[in-house]
Amino acid sequence: MTPIELFTSRYSYIVFVALVGIGLYGVINSSNLVKKVIGLNIFQVGIFLFFIASGYVNGAAPPLIEKGAETAYASPLPHVLILTAIVVGVSLTAVALALIIRVYNAYGSLDEDVIREVQLND
Amino acid sequence: MTDALPLLVVIPLFAALFPVALGYLWSDAGWATAAVTALLHLGLASVVAQQVINSGQFSYAVGGFQPPIGIELVADSVTAVLVVLISVITILIVAYARRAGPHQNAFYSELLLLTAGVSGVVITGDLFNLYVFLEITGLATYALVAANRSPAAALASVKYLLVGTIGASLYLLGVGYLYVATGTLNMADLAGQLPAVGYDTPLVVTGFVLLMTGLAIKTALFPLHTWQPNAYAESPHSVTAYIAALVSTAAAYAIFRITYTVFTTSFASVVPLALDALAWAAAISVIVGSVLAVVQSDLKRMLAYSSVAQFGLIIAGIAVMNEIALTGSLVHLVGHAVMKAGLFVAVGGLASIAGGQTIDDMIGLGRRAPIVSLGFATLAFALVGVPPAIGFAGKWQIVLGAVSAGHWAVGVVAVISTMLTLAYFLRIVERLYFRSPSSVDEQTSDMSMNMTTDGGDAMATSISQTTRVIVTLSAISAIALGLAASDLISILEPALEVYF
Repeated sequence: MTPIELFTSRYSYIVFVALVGIGLYGVINSSNLVKKVIGLNIFQVGIFLFFIASGYVNGAAPPLIEKGAETAYASPLPHVLILTAIVVGVSLTAVALALIIRVYNAYGSLDEDVIREVQLND
Repeated sequence: MTDALPLLVVIPLFAALFPVALGYLWSDAGWATAAVTALLHLGLASVVAQQVINSGQFSYAVGGFQPPIGIELVADSVTAVLVVLISVITILIVAYARRAGPHQNAFYSELLLLTAGVSGVVITGDLFNLYVFLEITGLATYALVAANRSPAAALASVKYLLVGTIGASLYLLGVGYLYVATGTLNMADLAGQLPAVGYDTPLVVTGFVLLMTGLAIKTALFPLHTWQPNAYAESPHSVTAYIAALVSTAAAYAIFRITYTVFTTSFASVVPLALDALAWAAAISVIVGSVLAVVQSDLKRMLAYSSVAQFGLIIAGIAVMNEIALTGSLVHLVGHAVMKAGLFVAVGGLASIAGGQTIDDMIGLGRRAPIVSLGFATLAFALVGVPPAIGFAGKWQIVLGAVSAGHWAVGVVAVISTMLTLAYFLRIVERLYFRSPSSVDEQTSDMSMNMTTDGGDAMATSISQTTRVIVTLSAISAIALGLAASDLISILEPALEVYF
């Protein structure tokens, strides 16, 4: 497979790798707690994309079974799994933001380095 | 009576609604609900254990959808031992939290959510379902760590959340790779499908590495342990005792399930490097965790690093792929949970009368709190591996198995870890018993006594009755389990024989 074919036919996997990389970089590199949570969300979305792309069948119909019709269907299972994973991701973000509000109220900053200084001064 | 299996998850999950819902009407709703649920959980766990002992492994198809399409819950003797462990620890911690707090109804909701999560991890037979339960466990733990409203705890919890979620997401990605390779998520079905795909295909090997990395973060193996010491040190004592006993245990159990049920020993013989790498990572975790524990001055932080080391030992025993070592790992998994829960409760009690939790605060407490100090010392020596306690039985089997499997390094590391464990516990035991408070310390302790008689409430004069009972109980059970270790092994054996 030439690189061009790779880009035209497997682009969703390239996007998946890019999103996972960008997300992880955001979590590790940013010292702002909210930006870390945003990075985490991008990271998770990358993984969701991988699952959803894996259920796609070239030229297939959406998985709505009609009487008598015998066409190929996209696999619904990965989509359902990711529906669950999205719910998990939303609850995690909610908990993270709730905790960050408490951190902000106590230290007056969202920046990890500033918070560390405040902790040392106490 | 296979219905008892899903109820182990459903009942705590459902009961978790009550403390929040009834809290406005009745301030003790949380404790009462948690106590009743913990007892119910123990009842259900014993029904499951009885069933397993009578008729061996059984499974339950959730919602009536037959596996491998539907989600399957599986109970074998390892599951049975762990669900009983979860119930017992839950009862002990609920009893302890009555006095020690945190005194909020939301705390009990989170505790019950965590019980549901770890029970789910232990009984599920489906990889994606395991991810969901891992995340329920995680969410409840993040909330619990921040339960006492201190900003440092909230910060520790945010960090734990970020690292823990990355771990769970890596696990999910690994599940995705295996699903793409085989088209199934059921553990038993995957074990049948993987050889057809080929154990050494890059997709399967990458899947294995992602699953193990994700779970190693949740277990807190070095160098993925960074979230754990802060989370343990900043959370309230009852929370630390509960999560130290059960959360990493559930993740280590998941590592065991995936290595043996999904990948089986034939994967280890086709791709030996994968499991050797896991064994090496675990062995390094043992050494580094122990050394870091020796240099800590905060007791809870020391015990947290001790967990890094002990879980390294457990994972090493799993990764050497030998029946004796695996039995040892599971025995140590159970023993460690009992001992760590007891140790953290003891630290909570000692800290309440010493007014601090550094090791120098412990000087002379052997006389002021004889029962809890004796319990602490007993549990400490049990964890070091002094016979006849349970710590000895587990470590001995791991060393024996590792050596007979030809993994000399793991055997040597286990022996070294025993000495390092002794090193960090001896510092405490020496301060409890053999160092008398210096004159300056005596003055301050006199002053603090005056303060308490003046009505100060910062420092209690004596440790609560429940703390003493719980510490004594866990010390006794650490020794009793050690004496009954051969019975425990014979209960576990039927479930482990099938893998070899």
